Amino acid sequence: MRHAWSMMLAVTSACASGGGTRAAQQPAPVQPAPAPAPAATPTPQDAESTSVNRLQYPSTYQRHPSPPVLIRNATIMTATGQEIPNGAILFKDGRIMAVGAKVDAPADAVIVDGTGRYVTPGIIDDHSHLGVYAAPATDAESDGNEATNPVTAEVWAEHSFWPQDPQIPLAIAGGITTIEALPGSANLIGGRSAILKLIPARTVQEMKFPGARYGLKMACGENPKRVYGKKGGPSTRMGNMAGYRAAFIQAEGYRRRWDAWNKDHKGDPPERNLRLESLAEVLRGNIYVQNHCYRADEMAEMLDLAREFGFKIRSFHHAVESYKIAELIAKAGTSVSVWADWWGFKEEAMDGIQQNAALNQQAGGRVVIHSDDPSGIQRLNQEAAKAMYAGQRSGIAVTRDQALRWITANPAWTLGLDSIVGTLEPGKMADVVVWSGDPFSVYAKAVQVYNDGWLVYDRNDPKHQPRTDFELGQEPAPGSDR
Amino acid sequence: MIAFLLAQTIAITGGTVYPASGPKLANATVLIRDGRIAAVGTNVSVPSDATRIDATGKWVTPGLIDGAGQLGLVEISAVPGTREASLQGDTIAAAFNVAEGINPASTLIPVNRIEGVTTALAVPVGHLVSGQAVLIDLDGTTIEQMLVRSPVGVVADLSESGKDEAGGSRAGSADRLRRVFRDALEYERRKTDFGRAQMRPLSASVADLEALLPVLHGREPLIAVANRRSDIETALRLAREFKLKLVLAGGAEGWEIASAIAAAGVPVLVEPMDNIPSYDALGIRYENAALLAKAGVTVALMETDTHKSHDLRQQAGNAVSYGMTWDQALRAVTAAPAQIFGVADRYGSLETGKVANVVVWTGDPFEFSTGVEHVLIRGKEIPLRSRQTELFERYKKLPPAY
Repeated sequence: MRHAWSMMLAVTSACASGGGTRAAQQPAPVQPAPAPAPAATPTPQDAESTSVNRLQYPSTYQRHPSPPVLIRNATIMTATGQEIPNGAILFKDGRIMAVGAKVDAPADAVIVDGTGRYVTPGIIDDHSHLGVYAAPATDAESDGNEATNPVTAEVWAEHSFWPQDPQIPLAIAGGITTIEALPGSANLIGGRSAILKLIPARTVQEMKFPGARYGLKMACGENPKRVYGKKGGPSTRMGNMAGYRAAFIQAEGYRRRWDAWNKDHKGDPPERNLRLESLAEVLRGNIYVQNHCYRADEMAEMLDLAREFGFKIRSFHHAVESYKIAELIAKAGTSVSVWADWWGFKEEAMDGIQQNAALNQQAGGRVVIHSDDPSGIQRLNQEAAKAMYAGQRSGIAVTRDQALRWITANPAWTLGLDSIVGTLEPGKMADVVVWSGDPFSVYAKAVQVYNDGWLVYDRNDPKHQPRTDFELGQEPAPGSDR
Repeated sequence: MIAFLLAQTIAITGGTVYPASGPKLANATVLIRDGRIAAVGTNVSVPSDATRIDATGKWVTPGLIDGAGQLGLVEISAVPGTREASLQGDTIAAAFNVAEGINPASTLIPVNRIEGVTTALAVPVGHLVSGQAVLIDLDGTTIEQMLVRSPVGVVADLSESGKDEAGGSRAGSADRLRRVFRDALEYERRKTDFGRAQMRPLSASVADLEALLPVLHGREPLIAVANRRSDIETALRLAREFKLKLVLAGGAEGWEIASAIAAAGVPVLVEPMDNIPSYDALGIRYENAALLAKAGVTVALMETDTHKSHDLRQQAGNAVSYGMTWDQALRAVTAAPAQIFGVADRYGSLETGKVANVVVWTGDPFEFSTGVEHVLIRGKEIPLRSRQTELFERYKKLPPAY
């Protein structure tokens, strides 16, 4: 934890504050993903608001020009059921061109010898507060909770995001290529998330994942009622529920008025309301609900709330008790974004168990290992490893490929980007990590990280170790790990 | 009486033994009698009445010692009624010994011991002088049974978090400590005058001054939380001025002055995975533990998140990943903390005569693929059960059978 020797308190800043066998050792062409993999999320088109016909803070992301790269003689873990020993991967112009036992390289390709190394898709964290709770953790950089009203669907995390957060290069060095930066969990409805390519940039717009849908942060349980209990409420869990319902009832009316006006554009348009616009977009299915929720009984209530208003909860985040109702969550088509072993920092986290991820996998659920933490995001591979082995030791047959999907393909799905990133397949974006060894070993480190084909990090080359403005003029010297 | 009834002879045979006091021993036996290690080696005869634990193909190490945390002192971090590690309202809380705050029934204790942590420091927090830390074994139904050493030392906070109670300046922290230390020594010399009310007012309560005397006479360490290089240097300066036995906790920027720390003979408690820069330590980095060890500093590792103290082994693995040798890392979670906390005669290695805290692992204890097969604390085999394992058993098939 950040401050050694200080008792960890639950804070609202962060939301917390069998043996698997190696699948398919034979070199073989890449096959489609095994179950669980319901239809891929359609490629997002224009995810801007449909309430108004204008661009809102559009992405200015541009692919960094990069030479083609062939990584060969490496173990390629595709996150589609394949682990190819002595395999190769070729990517060019930000796209994966070929994956297999033998891949020919164009003459201008940079050849990377991957002997002894492992290659995975870029790691995706669907729950981060990088940039909104930037380091150093001063009040001045505390921009994650607009704790002035229990419903602040009008705030957007990107408007808090600081691209010079020195935690960003640390996460890149851990193999992270895409994050969802979320508002905190002080509020019932905390605002829109930002889906970002984790690259060095001057502006958040340069990092915005093109075409990605927004998420809407919602929070159950202790945090909102603690924050608002003496500030007008809600002060109870039933108050929390009433708060979500009142907000979505208002949003239904707003949506109706705008949908009616959008049909013919006759007369004055309805007055814009940013708060209700975000909620109406949830009702239209254009924004994904990302729901911080710990207790099993509360998650069941939230599934009912979503049914009441006709939307889907895309993922339950933290979900420490999801193993108790794993089959209900799986049936609802909601993913669970969980930790490997965090528990006990507050009452609703007391029943966290290390087999949580594995039990949800066993029940057919879609599992994500998330960080919610600037330290944990640097080692999501290790967190996935802990959760996988905890399951295997308890007799749950989690495969290596499933565990890899927990930090790649599945968070890609949670963000609606699974047709674009999250696996090593021809046509996917070239978000690729080269590891010094088996990424499920404590001794493995990311040695190269490619984001959309751009070598954004190379452990052995200081020229590819980005530093933020904040770090300039400070120890440690460039080129060293923090 | 109870100890006598539990007295038995256990032989852990066939494993690769990593004693932490010397090189590994293949196909070795650890013989345990009456809670102590009776013999370790490749040529140990096993008495016929011994209970045998077959460790063939397994790794056998001393129980891990976490150099930080609040095991027994906290149940639910966010519930004040379950927190006992901080004494409110006393800037100099040197007399505050956390021992009687320990709850032997805490559910955190089984969760962590069944994953190989057998001993932990229980640390007071808050204020400029936080109180007295104690060392506990993670087994026992009473506080007395759990205590290994009390106190281990007095904790002072020279970091950013400690200065608020010293007037808001690091200079104030150092000044306040000096005044308190001088007052404690003067009080000791002039107890009679003090009793007759013939002394000026003292800067801390008599109980707190008394509690500092063992530290000022070098019998107990001052455990100083310091991360910024200049704070570490202040701690070293105070130690020189008052001839203190110093232990640094945190020590984030210690790598910058590793040779000076080594020359002073000061050990450091490090949390290897902590690398997020703050104004308390902009130079914090993964390699700190390795660079300190390389310079000759005695390094012990910490997992400060009490609920998952068992991630100490992940801390150790990452310390290896960033430059410690594996042997250094093993010592940093066994022999080194035993030495720093003053119990090296009884704890920290698998040697004849030492307390039998022993773990049998399926492999390298720092690897995620490794599980725990047996945990012995004071020679007693611990059932591998916790509230968390019971939750798993209840819900591994849905719906549960209530």
